Amino acid sequence: MEWFNAVVQGALLGGLYALFAAGLSLIFGVMRLVNIAHGDLIVLAAYLGLSVTLVLGIHPLLALIVVVPAMAVAGYILQRGILNQTLGQDLLPPLLVTFGLSVIIQNALLEIYTADPQKMNAGLLETASVSLGGLSLGVLPLLTFAVAVLVIAGLQWTFYRTALGRAFRAVSDNQDIAQLMGLNRHHIFGLSMALALAVTAIAGILLGIRTSFDPSIGGGRLIFGFEAVIIGGLGNLWGTLAGGVILGVAQTIGAKIDPGWQILSGHLVFLIILAVRPNGLFPRISG
Amino acid sequence: MKSKPVNPTRRKFLQVGAAAVAAPAILGATRAYAANPVIRVGHISPRTGPLANFAEADDYVLDAINKIFAAGLENNGKTYNVEIISKDSQSNPNRAAEVAADLILGDEVDIIVAASTPDTVNPVADQAEINEVPCVTTDCPWQPYFFGRNGVPGVGFQSTYHFFWGLEDVIGAFLDMWGQSGVTKTVGGLFPNDADGNAWGDAELGLPKPLAAAGYALTDPGRYQPLSDDFSNQIAAFKAAGCEIVTGNMIPPDFATFWAQAAQQGFAPKIVTIGKALLFPSVIESLGARGDGLSSEVWWSPHHPFSSSLTGASSKQLADGYTAASGRPWTQPIGFKHALFEVVADVIRRSDDLDDPSAIVAAIAATDLNTIVGPVNWANGPINNVTKTPLVAGQWQREGDAFDLKIVANSAAPEIPLTGSLKLL
Repeated sequence: MEWFNAVVQGALLGGLYALFAAGLSLIFGVMRLVNIAHGDLIVLAAYLGLSVTLVLGIHPLLALIVVVPAMAVAGYILQRGILNQTLGQDLLPPLLVTFGLSVIIQNALLEIYTADPQKMNAGLLETASVSLGGLSLGVLPLLTFAVAVLVIAGLQWTFYRTALGRAFRAVSDNQDIAQLMGLNRHHIFGLSMALALAVTAIAGILLGIRTSFDPSIGGGRLIFGFEAVIIGGLGNLWGTLAGGVILGVAQTIGAKIDPGWQILSGHLVFLIILAVRPNGLFPRISG
Repeated sequence: MKSKPVNPTRRKFLQVGAAAVAAPAILGATRAYAANPVIRVGHISPRTGPLANFAEADDYVLDAINKIFAAGLENNGKTYNVEIISKDSQSNPNRAAEVAADLILGDEVDIIVAASTPDTVNPVADQAEINEVPCVTTDCPWQPYFFGRNGVPGVGFQSTYHFFWGLEDVIGAFLDMWGQSGVTKTVGGLFPNDADGNAWGDAELGLPKPLAAAGYALTDPGRYQPLSDDFSNQIAAFKAAGCEIVTGNMIPPDFATFWAQAAQQGFAPKIVTIGKALLFPSVIESLGARGDGLSSEVWWSPHHPFSSSLTGASSKQLADGYTAASGRPWTQPIGFKHALFEVVADVIRRSDDLDDPSAIVAAIAATDLNTIVGPVNWANGPINNVTKTPLVAGQWQREGDAFDLKIVANSAAPEIPLTGSLKLL
């Protein structure tokens, strides 16, 4: 029973990791951009959510109404203003620019919000739980998992059922030909970053309800996002969800054996999958 | 010797005369300044990064200290100007070592001081030791400081000195607090895999032995990695063992994750006493109603019956001054940061020869000073180069809108008054 509990708790944790990873997966899939600042953008979203809840006095989940569009607009401006200038044949310039962005975001947050750990107060939602066959499942982790599934499904639908998704796939396949067909790739990249940061906003708010955060915490969250993306296979959104769940379950099973193994076993599973299947479990993009 | 005949012309006479008349006015101003030699004090603290909370009062403390130092400090009848050069460790031990080397080799400081956690204190002290620069540190339990730097009991260090409390004091204060509560003696331990967590959880030197000696059954699932996202296994183990007390040494995000999950999983301990995570009022406030009743060690508070040897301000005045200046509640590191410079001022006044590092070190070793955090006297240390300040235990209790850290157990330091009694969660 305890082992089963560990698996279930791990799977729910995987929902959070999948949310961390979805934005990364999306922008890598569309424009091969590795966003080092992703973790800090999650924390930025959490701080935005905190400000909105404090100023308007509303529930953190309602703050999503403000934070999601705000992050999306910020994403579009960021992409068109800065990141588009760095994209090219070389992977390194965008990597370096987002690394710098990560440092800037951290220190800006430190200046504005100080180093105090903050947490969003979601009242009963934080501590509520439901009993299922002897298992006690927190409502918040369940909600996080459900949101992760919905977000992934929504992204998948956008990708394969809409004109925007077709544009994403077109520039992803070949930028130059997409451009010839009348797509403005700068605009498409901007939209994909906007979509990615909208997902980041959801991840940030859920993280901020789940635990406390401070300006420096983003980097630590980035690694789990990357691992979920790689495990699931680059560019495959459902794979990213699977990757998150595998990572979460590996962590809780490891912790069941010994708490010292929690993070390590997640990394080990990641390395094993990378060794056995370098393109991840369900790759959609080669290389 | 052939001397040149002096034939002053009128013009030459006027030039020399004017220069002679003007000289005292011009030279006098610069000479009075130059006559005061300068003592440089290097200061390192984590102003940015995860430990930035520890250094939030730096500006307030340094402003007050600089005002006192502006008049200069007297040593052997001579007035010295004191210049404090403060640098940021960015909460990173490598960076701390780098800026320490900078201060020692670049700025050529005469004394170096550092505070806040082994990650700041140890690398700075190591650099000072290698370069034989007198060094005073605080705000880090002495075991990680001493054993973390491979100190040998009985030998100690050449130029580096430290004042704070030790794990034995924390354990004593916790046991003191739990003992009066009457809860079942079953304890769950949460120790991360970092310098503090390993020291606290160490089977020989940490909590397990004294807890067992006092009749407590400790459930210690093992060291977890900091920034874990899931504590369900630990909670399951604590529930199975029927733990009524939870203790450990955590960082705030880990505690917040644990505490929310504990509620989700229906685990409700009666006492939760955690080192490090629960030090700062901002953390308790971020936990909202679930912050009420959590407990922690108390190194310094406005109720401590000590006052500054530099400014004469009482603990309460220092804490209130910070709140007035910043609009933020007092925090425990403020007292220690101030005390650090009390020791520096005292050493500068007493040293036989400020140009000789070994004389400064001798003056540090001979310190016997009543500071705002209690007596500092390295003759009374538990081990070489270390001396201890008193430690008590406290509980965060809601008072109106704010939380107040009530001192609820003081057996080890009865001079520090109790300000409340322990309430069970």
